[in-house]
Amino acid sequence: MTTYRTKQDIEALVTPFQVHRDVYTSDEVYRLEMKHLFANSWVFVGHDSQTPNKGDYYTTQIGDQPVIQVRHSGGEVKVLHNRCPHKGTKIAIDRTGNTGKFFRCPYHAWSFKTDGCLLAIPLKKGYEGTGLDQTENGKGMKSVGAVMNYRGFIFARLAEEGIGFEEYFGESLSSFDNMIDRSPAGKLVVAGQPLRYMHRCNWKMLVENQTDTCHPMVAHESSAGTAVKIWEEMEQPEGAPKPPAMQIIAPFMSPYEFFEDMGIRTWPNGHGHTGVSHSIHSDYSEIPGYFEKMSEAYGEEKAKQILGENRHNTVYFPNIMIKGPIQQLRNFIPLGPDKTLVESWIYRLVDAPDELVARTAMYNRMINAPTSIVGHDDLEMYERAQEGLMSDGLQWVNIQRLYKEDEDLDTQAEENGTTERQMRNQFHAWTKFMTMSLPSEDALEAAE
Amino acid sequence: MTITKDDLIDFVYDEVRMLDEGRYDDWLNLWTEDGIYWMPLDWKQKDEINETSLMYEDQFMLRLRVERLTGARTFSQKPKSRCHHVIQRPYVDKIDNDAGAFLVTTQMHYVETRLDDQFLLALTAQHELVLKDDALKIARKRVDILNCDAAFGNIQLLP
Repeated sequence: MTTYRTKQDIEALVTPFQVHRDVYTSDEVYRLEMKHLFANSWVFVGHDSQTPNKGDYYTTQIGDQPVIQVRHSGGEVKVLHNRCPHKGTKIAIDRTGNTGKFFRCPYHAWSFKTDGCLLAIPLKKGYEGTGLDQTENGKGMKSVGAVMNYRGFIFARLAEEGIGFEEYFGESLSSFDNMIDRSPAGKLVVAGQPLRYMHRCNWKMLVENQTDTCHPMVAHESSAGTAVKIWEEMEQPEGAPKPPAMQIIAPFMSPYEFFEDMGIRTWPNGHGHTGVSHSIHSDYSEIPGYFEKMSEAYGEEKAKQILGENRHNTVYFPNIMIKGPIQQLRNFIPLGPDKTLVESWIYRLVDAPDELVARTAMYNRMINAPTSIVGHDDLEMYERAQEGLMSDGLQWVNIQRLYKEDEDLDTQAEENGTTERQMRNQFHAWTKFMTMSLPSEDALEAAE
Repeated sequence: MTITKDDLIDFVYDEVRMLDEGRYDDWLNLWTEDGIYWMPLDWKQKDEINETSLMYEDQFMLRLRVERLTGARTFSQKPKSRCHHVIQRPYVDKIDNDAGAFLVTTQMHYVETRLDDQFLLALTAQHELVLKDDALKIARKRVDILNCDAAFGNIQLLP
């Protein structure tokens, strides 16, 4: 049975403040997301420091599409579908490596330049006069529709035609700029391996949670609340500095007012961030020598301005979040309607003291690892929600907090930090990019 | 006091038994004040500070981890997890009674379960032990998971 075929079918799943549960549970909706939403939007692929040298590659996926990020002979980064045009064999299977000047399929030795163009086929005379060169497969490995390297961060749009990178992200790129500008050299380099954390829930639950400021003091009471309690019991001398672990974990117990006051900013196309004025990252201790390096690079005033931004979580629709103040990127990779792989990457600030990346690595393992006492409670909430949504008692998920009638999500806005406006913003964009390439009811009827 | 090979082997057996039986206060007493529990994220990882690990925890963090397990609002432990270690006879790599420093490497299978789920991890644990007031203490424990680069769900108890 096919329930969802047209633009109207999908539009009916999202109201201004409610989302139908099928958006999280239906295999059909999930398939449409992979085919339309992830093809029409700009999706994060990787960082260019993962493939620094010619021939270096990194395999990942965009939605459910296996792709290869590769450094081409000209120095630029290409993104190719990871599929031999002959029989479909994945060209690269390891997560990272160097392929030299060309890719060679391990099955029949078809080879391709690192921009995907066909280089050679063994016993090629067998294709003479067959018309292989007239087919799309005869041209080589297929490239994605469009690629953008934004200051080292590689994004791709699968669709050949569609919205441009600048128009898609607009002002939201200011969060990437701030994260990168925190390096005195204006450059980030990937640090170590990403955490890989499997979630038995829909990918959108994770994205929504990034700007959900009413859950930390509830869901994380067991970790952050216990940390505060133990610290108090330890009877520290007056004014003793908090250990780094406390600096990271204690702010999760901040009261509602803290999160209300921090603010939320949303941008068109589903992007937005928490922490307009301050955030849980605001009160980290200073690292000796860092401000001096920043001042040398940018001048004191600009350095203060860069470090004065303390944006908490910035969501880039559809499926990543970055933390500018600590150079972390989380990628919520959909694997099924009820299965999501979360990869949490960290980056080193070039020319900055090592203590900064050490703190970032600490944050990553304390908060986002499969072994993290904070992550445990988040995952528990998502998985309970995924199971709870199977209930037929109610059909809709509510995202109504601080909703106002005639809310305009196509303009930038700054609001109370506990609003669910950013979640509504995401679903507004979800509908837009889902339906962009879906037929309308009329068109479908005419075709039939 | 002279530490023998048997003392070191017994120490490792006793430790995993404490974990399996949930005797966490006893387990915390096995550590030096500045003892560190390290679980690398990368195979043969060398840098535990400037790269992400699965765990790199001091005594504050281990105490927090243990206290959280019994909290009234520890939602991911309702119901509680259980764990089970099956260990090989530990390799005693170093006995230096003069320096009071010892190194033991143990291969083990770790099983954790909650509700209808159960998973198995193959591990190598390396204990750096020291003598403090005539008792062996853990100065550092490194736990390498065979498939450390795989994607895991929650690992909630202690391998």
